[in-house]
Amino acid sequence: MKHKKQFFETFVHGIFLLLGLVTVGCVLLITLYLIFAGIPAIREIGLFSFLLGDTWASTAQQPSFGILPFILTSVYGTAGAILLGVPIGFLSAVYLAKLAPGPVKKAVSAAVSLLAGIPSVVYGLVGMMVLVPAIRRVFRLPDGASLLAAIVVLGIMILPSIISVSITALEAVPKEYEDASLALGATPTETYFRVSVPAAKSGIAAAVVLGVGRAIGEAMAVMMVSGNAPNMPSLFQSVRFLTTAVASEMSYSSGLQQQALFSIALVLFLFITLINAVLNFFLKHSREE
Amino acid sequence: MAENHIKTKRKVFIGIMNTLMILSALFTCALVLFLAGYVLIQGLPNITWELLSTSPSYLSGRIGILPDILNTVYLILASLVIVIPLGAGAAVYLTEYAQNKRLVSAIEYAAETLSGIPSIIYGLVGMLFFCQFLNLQTSLLAGALTLVIMNLPTILRTTQESLKTVPQSYREGAFGLGAGKWRVIRTVVLPGCIDGIVTGCILSIGRILGESAALLFTAGFAHAMNGFWDGLGSAGASLTVALYVYAKEQGEFGTAFAIAAILMILTLFLNLLAAFVGRLFQKRRSL
Repeated sequence: MKHKKQFFETFVHGIFLLLGLVTVGCVLLITLYLIFAGIPAIREIGLFSFLLGDTWASTAQQPSFGILPFILTSVYGTAGAILLGVPIGFLSAVYLAKLAPGPVKKAVSAAVSLLAGIPSVVYGLVGMMVLVPAIRRVFRLPDGASLLAAIVVLGIMILPSIISVSITALEAVPKEYEDASLALGATPTETYFRVSVPAAKSGIAAAVVLGVGRAIGEAMAVMMVSGNAPNMPSLFQSVRFLTTAVASEMSYSSGLQQQALFSIALVLFLFITLINAVLNFFLKHSREE
Repeated sequence: MAENHIKTKRKVFIGIMNTLMILSALFTCALVLFLAGYVLIQGLPNITWELLSTSPSYLSGRIGILPDILNTVYLILASLVIVIPLGAGAAVYLTEYAQNKRLVSAIEYAAETLSGIPSIIYGLVGMLFFCQFLNLQTSLLAGALTLVIMNLPTILRTTQESLKTVPQSYREGAFGLGAGKWRVIRTVVLPGCIDGIVTGCILSIGRILGESAALLFTAGFAHAMNGFWDGLGSAGASLTVALYVYAKEQGEFGTAFAIAAILMILTLFLNLLAAFVGRLFQKRRSL
């Protein structure tokens, strides 16, 4: 009887252990699949001509698989989105965390979480119908679908992550710091920017890195507003990102072309892994503070 | 009173910063209002009963999104049924069983990694693994399984949070009465994680509703009307994928905006529900 019970407990323990390991298994599965699917094309094309080649002509007679335009577009697009989204998000976060009266804070926070929940295709649709024609008219371009449109859409899409993570970091700043600064004669606004923000800097850095991750990984919204031509990045030209390079050709690709798409996904995954490592570093720091 | 005596330089700094902060917050609010308002104004007039209740027909040129609605519901149901036991089980293991610190941090690190992976990569690996390797073809089941992996960290985290609020004394009390580990988990721990599972479900439904890149290559974009079990085995577009196809490939912007308005309303509803449920649970806990 006792043995039976013990056996049963061990059995249950084992089941829960397995359930716990599913998560690790999924990460391994994704990593290994990307590596095994991504390596063959890189080997065939050559690492340098793959990463640094500046022409992508996957369906041409003499196909050429250089993904430098995609890498640069993703980097520029993300940088642009950060330049646009971080100041607005950061300042909104300071206002909401420190200055805003209760009801205002509640209302704006609700608005921000709605912004976070809007599906990316809806952003893409509004971008397509409002932003792209506006860019075409303002800058007198033949087509408004461009890197600029993608940057604006991405800048808006990363706002909620930046705001909510920054607010958490700012609210965790010990009240004593702020009280000390106020007692020394600094005004509230000075205190928030000269004391609270520096004290929460790791958390705010984490917010920015999270925004980078969101921006570089976004596919559908960008696909709908960026035009999708594999050009070298330029603000007013149609461009293709790493994510949209995978998405736009996947449905009809085969052979080396399809394998090259897997390699692009591998490159994107390496970027994301790097960003996650940086993010974890900042989050750890912010917890220790 | 002190502010009258401070130097102009400081006054300028304070003035500029205050203005910038308020402008940023106003901009964020205006943006949300514009997005919601624009989508609803463009979309609501296009929502008709015919659109909601029929499937598209090329013969009569009719456009209906009932199959897409059903597909979305099937995807949500199928992925939640699978992800809840997986995620909640992992959370129970982490909080109740795990002794090995290394293993715990490996699982938590894995969950964090999963939540940072972009959905297009999920779509690609889902296609390679579920559609091709497991031979499920492009089907709702393959899509749902991909969504399971995506939502695993969400359910894991929310369940873990709620398990942390189950007082240790409850467990000790149950052990003291002679209950075995499993009995303690069944009677004390699992009831305590209902809150977390409900919260996790709401978040996951929101994420599934908005997901498109991961579904494009795993669940496909067919508009056929199916029952639940047939639906799982065949390809089908979710609402978001249908929106993408109507807007980008078919130029049916009226339909696209109608779907966008539906998604917007559902997102709003889920947000309100999450806030309501959160308050409810907090109240219950403080009793």
